[in-house]
Amino acid sequence: MHEMSIVADLFTIIEEQARKSGATRVTKVKVLIGELSGVVPELFRSAFHSYKKGTIADKATLEIKVTKIKFKCHGCGKEITAKNIMDESFSYACPFCGSKDMELISGRDLYLEKLEIETS
Amino acid sequence: MDSKRKEVLVLEDILGSNKKIASSIRQKLLEHQILAVNLLSSPGSGKTSLLEKIGQKLQGKYRVGVVEGDVETERDAERIRKIGLPAWQITTHGACHLEAKMLARIFDQIPADLDFLFIENVGNLVCPASFDLGESLRFVLLSVPEGDDKPKKYPEAFITSQVFVLTKCDLLPYLPFDRERVVKEALEINPKLKVFETSAVTGEGIEELCAFLESELEKRRVKNA
Repeated sequence: MHEMSIVADLFTIIEEQARKSGATRVTKVKVLIGELSGVVPELFRSAFHSYKKGTIADKATLEIKVTKIKFKCHGCGKEITAKNIMDESFSYACPFCGSKDMELISGRDLYLEKLEIETS
Repeated sequence: MDSKRKEVLVLEDILGSNKKIASSIRQKLLEHQILAVNLLSSPGSGKTSLLEKIGQKLQGKYRVGVVEGDVETERDAERIRKIGLPAWQITTHGACHLEAKMLARIFDQIPADLDFLFIENVGNLVCPASFDLGESLRFVLLSVPEGDDKPKKYPEAFITSQVFVLTKCDLLPYLPFDRERVVKEALEINPKLKVFETSAVTGEGIEELCAFLESELEKRRVKNA
């Protein structure tokens, strides 16, 4: 359960952004969680709601968008969206050319995408 | 109350502060030409025992130091000190993983003339995978008693590592463990993994692993010379 430490870092960014934009309140937080980021959206959500108490985002709702695992094949240059890397059938090879020279280009990311704020 | 509501686009990496500290550690390690290895595994899979063996083997020729990450106690650091190596204990007091800032806090104590720095993460095959510590290489360890079905159950640890060390191989004759399956499965999710089969009891694979570490160190030194 490392979601709490990640949420603590998230709030550092939220508070800084809120200050910069002159927000009196943060009403919505939207994050992007990669399927392979090691973060469980449900745990992230409960960590968020317990951490928010007493902060500028006290009443904020949380929107989570899960981003897909994507590879770029260096064999044929195509981009591949992996359905689910945890599938029994998953094998690390390009479905178009069979190359194993693939690079993970998305799916590990954790981003604060946007905030909805109130200003006075 | 005439408050205005608006949207602010942020697009900031939530782990950005960890990554920033990790890259400054990486930079320092590079300047000092230290090869740092971050070891990930579940508790009890033999990280400390492997480090004792590797440490003993490398210590005549190289300067080796070990950072021990645990939730509580200095036990692992004491084990490492017993074989004559410097060890620094980080106790996380509850946290299930090491973060770059924890390493940064003790970094000044680490001598600049080390060749190898091993960082034993908190025993946990899930959470440590998300945190870059600035290491040069990441090792994932799996012990034979844990079972041969683990790579796909804990994919992030295997995908973010460069080396897979199978430990406690001396127990293979006694357990229903398919070593071909585990290696095949690990390579299916990360074909670039280098695999070593080891035992800290019989010493199997230790020499090969040390030879690999030496070649990695030399390779990097030549590149940066």
